[in-house]
Amino acid sequence: MRSGRFLRRIADGARASEEGIWKVAGRVAVTLPLVALAFALTVLLVKGYPAIKVNGWKFLTGTTWNYGSGYGATIHTDGVAHPQGSSFGALAIISGTLQSSAIALIVAVPISIGAAFALTERLPTWISKPLGFAIEILAGIPSVVIGLWGLLTLGPILARDVYPVIANNFPDVPVLNFFRGAVSPTGQGLMTAGLVLGLMIIPIIASTTRDLFQQVPPLPKEGAAALGMTDWEVAHKITIPWVRSGIIGASVLGLGRALGETVAVALVSGSFIGFAPNIFSHMTTIAATILTQLDGAEIDGTGFAVATLAELGLVLAVISVLVNLLARFIIGRSSALGPSVGPN
Amino acid sequence: MSTTQGLHPNRRRKITGIGFRVGTYLALLLVVGPALWVLLGVVVRAVPHWQWSVLTTPTKGTTGGLENAIVGTLVIMLGVLILAGSIGVLAGIHLSELAKPRRNGKASGGLLRTASDVLSGFPSIVLGYCGYVALVVGLHWGFSLLPALIILSIMVIPYIAKSTESALRQVPDNYREGAAALGMSMGYSLRKVVLKTALPGIVTGLLIALAIASGETAPLIYTANFTNALPGASLIHSQGFAYLTYPVYTFYNQPNVQAHYIAYDAALLLVVIVLLLLVISRIIVARTQRYSESRGR
Repeated sequence: MRSGRFLRRIADGARASEEGIWKVAGRVAVTLPLVALAFALTVLLVKGYPAIKVNGWKFLTGTTWNYGSGYGATIHTDGVAHPQGSSFGALAIISGTLQSSAIALIVAVPISIGAAFALTERLPTWISKPLGFAIEILAGIPSVVIGLWGLLTLGPILARDVYPVIANNFPDVPVLNFFRGAVSPTGQGLMTAGLVLGLMIIPIIASTTRDLFQQVPPLPKEGAAALGMTDWEVAHKITIPWVRSGIIGASVLGLGRALGETVAVALVSGSFIGFAPNIFSHMTTIAATILTQLDGAEIDGTGFAVATLAELGLVLAVISVLVNLLARFIIGRSSALGPSVGPN
Repeated sequence: MSTTQGLHPNRRRKITGIGFRVGTYLALLLVVGPALWVLLGVVVRAVPHWQWSVLTTPTKGTTGGLENAIVGTLVIMLGVLILAGSIGVLAGIHLSELAKPRRNGKASGGLLRTASDVLSGFPSIVLGYCGYVALVVGLHWGFSLLPALIILSIMVIPYIAKSTESALRQVPDNYREGAAALGMSMGYSLRKVVLKTALPGIVTGLLIALAIASGETAPLIYTANFTNALPGASLIHSQGFAYLTYPVYTFYNQPNVQAHYIAYDAALLLVVIVLLLLVISRIIVARTQRYSESRGR
């Protein structure tokens, strides 16, 4: 009698402690992303602080990128040591990041919506399932492989057959003359970087849009078709408005991915720190600059160049955190309003 | 558009409709086409010069084979599976099963969830930089496996947590209620009923996370760098760690042809690994769907 109660107490204790272990482990695990985010931002702030202090606002408005002379004197500004002649303004790099991501969005959004529409609304399942797998493949191909393809295959073809035609025939008026001028012979440059980035964010936008289209109830669409609406009218008046904010949210997520993409851009951009005079010329992005410049920055014995790269990383981190919060806000609002809409 | 201006409105609508239909097929072609083009491009560049000795010879400078990189990538995948897999699955279990919903009916863990979402979109090169500054240099770990694993795991944990959570949410609530009614403890019901049912979904998420981890370059270059040596037993202080994406990124512009061949071979192996992971996850999904359908759900 007594021993039975004792055993039961042990068993109850074991049960309670198992539940306790699950809860504690789960709570620790779920906190880790916040810890990691805090870790990354702290490292960037601490490491980049000397650069933020010395470079000042000029970092966001200037366009010179000069490591200074490694053989010259070391200068102290506000107590921070840096080589003589070093001067950093990242405006051209930041604008290259925004330009290439903008091209990627302009290319990827209509293609993704169109492909999602063809897959969900037009094609029978036995075709759309294997074709839909292509989206997963595209999402899975390592970015360095896509970058190498862009560099060795796509870039040269575009530079030989497509870009010269555009560059020679676009009207020579303001804005549009950005599409005129010299074409880099390898195809490396802003346009190719934008196209490759577009290809890389298509899976994100297309797969979400496809799932969203499948959640649109069939009755409104069938009703519209019964009233004699064409495919285009059903899509543009019923289907797309039904899931609009979900599509916008997915597009902003894609934008975030394009802003942070590194290796592929480093391969196809031409890695030129400066403004691209036209859409076919070499440029670079923040992420590609950090990747390609860190080795060289190590040569600066004062550590100021490495600190400046931390500041550059902080700029990219702030941009991408803001973009992701925006995407989350849009998606969150849409799932609060409509039926279940969202990337889950 | 100006040519259709004079047409009867219905005619114009019809033409727009047909144009839209053609446009959607064209868009689909622009997704499927490049995907196949990239795959075929890799095969065409790699297969004609393929030698099986690549699998058994380590790199020597920019020549040799890829044995060290292949083993390294497999070790990295295993490490990410253990580190990110355990943490990510636990986080997913917490979000779906353990955290109590808030009083206003909203899902739990608002700040933590937001942090996870933001982290999943965080630029990988910035994480790599932080790993370099804080772990490789700051803690004097040197280019080695552990800093690479930590940074890669930080990248994929949000993904694993999210896929685990959504797999668990698809487990019907009456499974949990049934388990509770039979007197099972929370932990027992979680292990034997809920996790078992959600396992295919969790495994699929893990496989995709492994595909992401095996294809990453940017966060590895400044945490693992590269070495000609085969991976050793040490987690830190190993003076470099080999993986497959490094030769693809750095060998393509070397002057010697062997370096190009190694770059293409590495790209082919990466694509094969990723395709295998995708196909396995597809098979798991298809099998569980058939299983649940045959039970008359």
